[in-house]
Amino acid sequence: MSDQTTLQTVLTVAAALVGVGLFGALSQQSIVMVMMGLELVVNGVMLGAGAAWFFLTPDLPDAQMLVVIALVVMAVEMAMGFAATIAIYRARQVDMVDMATDLHG
Amino acid sequence: MNDTLLSDPAVIAVVVLGAVSVGSGIAVFVVDSMARATFALLVSFLAIAGVLLALDLVYLAVVTALMMTIEMAIMAVFMIMFMMNPAGLMPMTMVHNGRGSAAVGFVAFVALTVGIWTTDWPSRRGQPPADTTRQLGEAIMGSHMLVMLVVGIGLFATILSGTILATGRGRYDRFGADLRATRPDDPTPGGLPR
Repeated sequence: MSDQTTLQTVLTVAAALVGVGLFGALSQQSIVMVMMGLELVVNGVMLGAGAAWFFLTPDLPDAQMLVVIALVVMAVEMAMGFAATIAIYRARQVDMVDMATDLHG
Repeated sequence: MNDTLLSDPAVIAVVVLGAVSVGSGIAVFVVDSMARATFALLVSFLAIAGVLLALDLVYLAVVTALMMTIEMAIMAVFMIMFMMNPAGLMPMTMVHNGRGSAAVGFVAFVALTVGIWTTDWPSRRGQPPADTTRQLGEAIMGSHMLVMLVVGIGLFATILSGTILATGRGRYDRFGADLRATRPDDPTPGGLPR
């Protein structure tokens, strides 16, 4: 397999992760499952950034920094997601997104 | 003589791990048990960590594997706390607008894939450094320090916000809206004054 084909294959895997994560984040009713979908999307971003570093610009640290940022985004998303889940559950016993539609237009 | 960037075993490993990652990613939304969904997500992350390992990103691979293992362990606890069917003893789907969501996910995948396979990717520029971790460390402490400063402030804000959101009773609950109560209104008397 040529290098370009390998890069394209890895990026296709990343695109599949983004697609699956998007489906999960949009379709799930449980707040925790929505967060899992978002994590899959960020997982795909991490894979794409890692592949871009190795196959395109290994002499620059930028793509590695993107992986670090994706990791941080994942940690922040999970911490804030669980904090918000606990807060809304404590206030109203809500654990599904369909029950928290106050801002729905 | 092999003149590709990745050796053949590494390419096979990347493809297999990529397939495992996508497969377990799909399993997250298919299995009935929330605990199983959490661990399917963990498998997906560990497979991606394996791919990063094959791509010479040793430090990031190890960080990903360790961080995600701990994160999923914590997540499993929350899943069991918040879900009505944590053990998967009965079939369960909790979805809304499943068909529309699947269409959006599929269209996103197809659009990205078409872009990936029709782009004329540039060839590799430069060589990877002898120590990729050192490259990242020097960037963090040098040319990309602003990124780490922003990340640090963001994480600190997350700590504060998480604590505030998770706190059941704050000072306004204890001392009134104007914070003028002389004695705190606690469920159990004996709280310290301000």
